[in-house]
Amino acid sequence: MPVKVASEWLNSCSGCEISVLDMGERLLDILAVADFVHIPALMDSKYFGQLGDGKHLDIPQADVGIISGGIRNEEHLEVAKVMRERCGFIIALGTCATHGGIPSLANSYTPEQIFERYYHTETTDPADFVPNQGLPALLESCDALDQHIKVDLLVPGCPPHPDHIFSALVALVKGEAPALPEKSVCDACPTKREGKGDLAKKLKRFLEAPEYGAPDEPLDQMRCLLEQGFLCMGPVTRAGCGGDGILPRCISARVPCRGCYGPVRPEGNQRLDMLNALASNGIDVTTLPESASMLRFSGAHGRLRPARPKES
Amino acid sequence: MSRNITVQPITRIEGHASIGIELDDNGNVSDARVNFMSLRGFEKFVEGKPAEELPRIVSRICGICPWMHHLASTKAVEGCFGATPTPTGSRLRELMQTLAHAEDKLLHFFFLAAPDFVMGPDADYSIRNVIGIVKSNPELATQAVRMRQKAKMILDRFTKKTIHPVAGVPGGFCKPLTEEDRVDMLAQTREIMDFALFTMDLAKNEIFPQYLDVIKELGTITTGFLGTVDKEGALNLYDGRLRLMQPSGEFEEFDTADYTDYLAEKVVPFSYGKFPYARRWNEGFSLDPDNPKGIYRANTLARINVADKMATPRAQAELEEFRAVFGRPAQATLLYHYARLIEEVYACERAVEILEDKEITNPDVRAHVEPGAGRGVGCVEAPRGTLIHDYSTDENGLITSANLIVGTTHNLGPINLSVHRAAKDLIKDGVVTEGILNRIEMAVRAYDP
Repeated sequence: MPVKVASEWLNSCSGCEISVLDMGERLLDILAVADFVHIPALMDSKYFGQLGDGKHLDIPQADVGIISGGIRNEEHLEVAKVMRERCGFIIALGTCATHGGIPSLANSYTPEQIFERYYHTETTDPADFVPNQGLPALLESCDALDQHIKVDLLVPGCPPHPDHIFSALVALVKGEAPALPEKSVCDACPTKREGKGDLAKKLKRFLEAPEYGAPDEPLDQMRCLLEQGFLCMGPVTRAGCGGDGILPRCISARVPCRGCYGPVRPEGNQRLDMLNALASNGIDVTTLPESASMLRFSGAHGRLRPARPKES
Repeated sequence: MSRNITVQPITRIEGHASIGIELDDNGNVSDARVNFMSLRGFEKFVEGKPAEELPRIVSRICGICPWMHHLASTKAVEGCFGATPTPTGSRLRELMQTLAHAEDKLLHFFFLAAPDFVMGPDADYSIRNVIGIVKSNPELATQAVRMRQKAKMILDRFTKKTIHPVAGVPGGFCKPLTEEDRVDMLAQTREIMDFALFTMDLAKNEIFPQYLDVIKELGTITTGFLGTVDKEGALNLYDGRLRLMQPSGEFEEFDTADYTDYLAEKVVPFSYGKFPYARRWNEGFSLDPDNPKGIYRANTLARINVADKMATPRAQAELEEFRAVFGRPAQATLLYHYARLIEEVYACERAVEILEDKEITNPDVRAHVEPGAGRGVGCVEAPRGTLIHDYSTDENGLITSANLIVGTTHNLGPINLSVHRAAKDLIKDGVVTEGILNRIEMAVRAYDP
């Protein structure tokens, strides 16, 4: 019997779904052993029945449920709960689902502050209302899935590498436990670490190219970007972005890591861990213009919050 | 008895939307509207961030077209900092942009749109999808999967990260292209071009003729159009001036930085997404199906309507053939699919053109930039329409305000009008079938929202 799979996307960008497609011809192998019963990106299964006359939101029963995106509004919450009820095993796919992802940067603001800006930009005709007809109300924050439902497997990444999506699905079809990388980006990064000797004490913004020699110079000939003085989130970020090819993606492009796989330990705090790591190496963290960006992929779980109103 | 129909979610599209249809006592459509349900607040939460980080943040607006957000943002940051990318850095970005378009159009045509035409609009929903095509026509499906993957992997191998890219940097590009990579990319891009030409012929000769009546009628409305052209008036996906065309075909051309004089956005009660309209026409905004005001469309059909010509020979030949049949501006909504394939040919030809010039391997790809106060408007054509990122920064180069008009949003008003038209035409005397509801969704899918 093929394994039944249901897939949903919540407060997401569809990058995770495209990464599923980026399995390429391996997707055809998956389709041979998995039966997709619900996937709005590709299939026309509807919440309220195929004639749109149902009264309750429903999703077909499945063995495995894949959910990308965090939970931002009441519809996301309802869909997540129905997925949990209807699926035997839930995968949180991508860093939005595991840690809030980029949209959880919004957690530094209240929904009202977001409406205030979005509905009053320079090109927007002033409106004295916030849209609410046929729309799900926003929750106070953008949350990770496990803040609302039980999750069986975290597959972080923005997006997760197709190699890992493939190996996780293959393992589940076989009834095995998927094995995903658990160390840090640095652990998978071959750049040269020369020690603390002439380590930069200030951090540069990424406004110039790092030194890496000739264009085709292998990555293990480039000095660690952090040692070159660029903020690189590798030390506090879960490995895996390079897939089975191992090499971290952004660093291979001569660009520092920004942390898209979320914290190394699922409950870690990327900002706190990074500030500690920098300080313990004698790097002056006040040379950074701000640090909220260190939580840009993991602002859920209460890590980012609106500033308290100043007392007058 | 009156009743309501809810089509939720709209499927085989990129975002979150639903259709609500109200039937009167006789079972005819009294109202139909599309709710756009997503609001993430990028305009707010980028405030205070170092501007050079934005190209890596705003890409998350869309995982299907992250390259376009990434590059529009990179251009906007350069505007803020008063920086100019090196010529090769800029050319590499255009190459990535055109290859990303080439990949995206194959994705949309084969994975999202084709099931309606290959399996048929009335096929059961369980097979009316790309999986159904895989089972019924494995040869075509395998070829489509392989070619889309090839386009994607060209980008991936060179830039290392193609969903949420990092290659565009203020001042240029993150790394140079080696001669070895150039030769390899050129050979692969030529293969994709062959497939683009095959797809164009397949659609023109075998798919579209079967559905000519549907294509002419379904969700058809009359609107203006917006798109980017180069100095010669040819369609350009990466850079140029904007053209805003009225339904009559008359148009005005303007610099992207002046977009606020021409476009505005309306807040409507049933959509989180705002509805852009043509402020310039001084007629206001109305979604009245019998007398819409200020409504223009973006995306493929719009771009080929506003352009005088295509800058590459095969795409130009396709455009001439298209215009001979459908005129200019062509208004039929399902012609978006046809126009998408013409653009696919252009994107491949343009990528080949760029790769044939060895200057693309010039190692001078990145200029040093200094952060500072300023304003920058970065504009590119995303697959789903003209994409505008408008940022202001303080003296430290931190964002003080950001205004974004995203490709799909230009079409939110038109999608509503097309759905209204399709629903009214197709639902009569209370008869509602799955095929009818799917046809109404096809009017949405044409816009690839």
